[in-house]
Amino acid sequence: MCGIAGIFSPGQPPPSETLLRRMLYLLRHRGPDEFGIFLAPSIGLAHARLSIIDLSTGQQPMGNEDGSLRIVFNGEIFNYIELREDLVARGHRFRTRSDTEVILHLYEEKGAGAVDELNGQFAFAIWDAGRQELFLARDRMGIRPLFYARAGNDWVFGSEIKAIFAHPGASRKIDPIALDDIFTFWFPLSPRTAFEGIAEVPPAHTLTIDARGMKEPRRYWALPLETDPAGAHDDTYYADGLRDLMVDATRLQLRADVPVGAYLSGGLDSSVIASLARHYTPNPLRTFSIRFEDREFDEGAKQKIMTEYLGTEHREITCGYAEIAKAFPQVIWHAETPVVRVAPVPMFLLSRLVRDSSYKVVLTGEGADEILAGYDLFKEAKVRRFMEASPNSALRSRLLLRLYPYLRMSPTRSLEYAKAFFGATIKPFSPQFHSHASRWNMTSMNKNFFSPSLRAEIASSTAADRVALLFGDPAWANRIDPLTLSQEIEIKTLLPGYLLSSQGDRMLMGNSVEGRFPFLDHRVVEFSFRIPPHIRMKGLTEKYILRKSMSGLLPKEIMKMEKQPYRAPDARCFFDNGAGDVADAMLSTDSIARKGYFDPIYTERLVAKCRGNPNIGFKDNMAFISILSTQLLDQLYLRDFPAREEIPAERVRISG
Amino acid sequence: MEVEMLIRDFIVENFLFGNVDVPLGDEDSFLQKGFIDSTGILEVVSFIEEKFGIKVEDDDLLPENLDSIRRLADFVVRKRSLAA
Repeated sequence: MCGIAGIFSPGQPPPSETLLRRMLYLLRHRGPDEFGIFLAPSIGLAHARLSIIDLSTGQQPMGNEDGSLRIVFNGEIFNYIELREDLVARGHRFRTRSDTEVILHLYEEKGAGAVDELNGQFAFAIWDAGRQELFLARDRMGIRPLFYARAGNDWVFGSEIKAIFAHPGASRKIDPIALDDIFTFWFPLSPRTAFEGIAEVPPAHTLTIDARGMKEPRRYWALPLETDPAGAHDDTYYADGLRDLMVDATRLQLRADVPVGAYLSGGLDSSVIASLARHYTPNPLRTFSIRFEDREFDEGAKQKIMTEYLGTEHREITCGYAEIAKAFPQVIWHAETPVVRVAPVPMFLLSRLVRDSSYKVVLTGEGADEILAGYDLFKEAKVRRFMEASPNSALRSRLLLRLYPYLRMSPTRSLEYAKAFFGATIKPFSPQFHSHASRWNMTSMNKNFFSPSLRAEIASSTAADRVALLFGDPAWANRIDPLTLSQEIEIKTLLPGYLLSSQGDRMLMGNSVEGRFPFLDHRVVEFSFRIPPHIRMKGLTEKYILRKSMSGLLPKEIMKMEKQPYRAPDARCFFDNGAGDVADAMLSTDSIARKGYFDPIYTERLVAKCRGNPNIGFKDNMAFISILSTQLLDQLYLRDFPAREEIPAERVRISG
Repeated sequence: MEVEMLIRDFIVENFLFGNVDVPLGDEDSFLQKGFIDSTGILEVVSFIEEKFGIKVEDDDLLPENLDSIRRLADFVVRKRSLAA
């Protein structure tokens, strides 16, 4: 795993080496082991390496035999051994044992079509000297990040936005529309980022840039939305098929020249991965968990069931409020976006534990809820349709309590409340977003904190129009069943936009740890979407096929467990024993007014409410964290940005 | 009427943070409009109990009683007259 960056200056002499070393400095957490720069007329490529495969010869930037191609690559190609054998059989000669060189040879043969062959999590750039063309590519699900921007006459790209900001021609400004997106969806809609003028290469896309400019990004893979017809196969067929694929995905993802660990949250998904690694591969397994001092959030008991069952060597870290508050600014630095919850922070502290245990790679259960229908959101959508068919049925109402056991714990245990919730309006979103509208509308309420000047800047378009545009022709929604539709929306929005980035790659790589996600092997994704929806979620049993497929491979308690959303304490972290010094500075009326995004008076009242009441509701917590993180992002990137720090020349291998 | 005013002030102060530009009709459902999420209802209950000296029973926790300014005010008046 690594950090990559580069500058394309069409028709110009090689870009400044110092500038590339500055970009490397800003990416050094992604690859602290080795640094390399390639310089030639019109192009500069930079690479920060975390050595995992082919430790001795896998250095980058790497060229092909005649030097016509040059690559910088971040990620892993898990099927590189098989691809290499094919390429050798077709006459390609290899100089290293790395997966990087496999991409180069594949590109020689297939050009942009090379990505179709790759099974992996990747972001890479290839400089094609013959065509004077820069080629950028990103994996199907959006696991590895890649950003680009125009800076004066140059094109600049990087694994993280901060690398692009080293370029003096790149302006650093928070995009007002991105804030409108974040205060609706929790993240900016792709390809937008939190910063104006910086775009991401969308998941499953490639793009090429030459002297004439950038060509329209090309999508090379799409979620398959055609499910098998009901009755084509029985449940056992899908359960067996899923297990076989998961075993193979896990085996492939354990390929590394360093030991690989696994996260254990206490939930079903990470337990599946740890169990498969234990039962089907010879790897000795080390597992890692987060615990919370606050028992409301702690999952220690379930984690213990799993570690005892698997007999793994286990390490855990316990988070308290003060630690979360203290790490928050660092987390925002790595996330490069405002966030709506502190949930990324414990993930950052967990990857630190992994690094301190001298591990560089961990498997996680991320993605299972999206591809196998695990979230309450999917159940809600199902119940809503069911209720709408017969709104006054008492039997149907009782289903709501089944769906929300926690409703029983609050005044909202009343069915009438649940009905009011399920009857919430979809507007202003179009009907195909039925499943997501209540989350988005609730989040949108916090736009009431926007300052008049921010409101004026976002008046030109609406979040509802932008999300409709992202998904294109609404006729698509009528062609697929409602469950698949809500999963597709989730996989194209929250998964890459928040879970794999702010809560995934950025929190892992912030401590130089690579995450791997067997559920997101595209073969697993494709197979899961073939499962007919009524089996994928049987009644309201989420991830039914996954549970069935793991029969005999997990303890009963874990197997039967209902989905518990991963949560962490939010605003209260910042009011515990003076832990909130940073929050106090960032949220002072003066600071709010100076930065100009939010209304100082309303914000002051929000802060006072949070300070005085540890049990505030979800929406107010979200407002507090969103505002605090926006203020921090402004401070870290617009005011205190370390644009002139660099990796010293003697640590960098220069080629050209 | 006075009860309605006091409730409105509380909702605006506590959930809209004093932002009077947010349109809030007396009949608007808090839940459906998104002013208050399910966790926030607790705060409303504590407020009316303290402010108006009434006791909200479990059976009272219904949107008919709590889910708009008008409904809250009517509920408080009803409760007080029962107590009297």
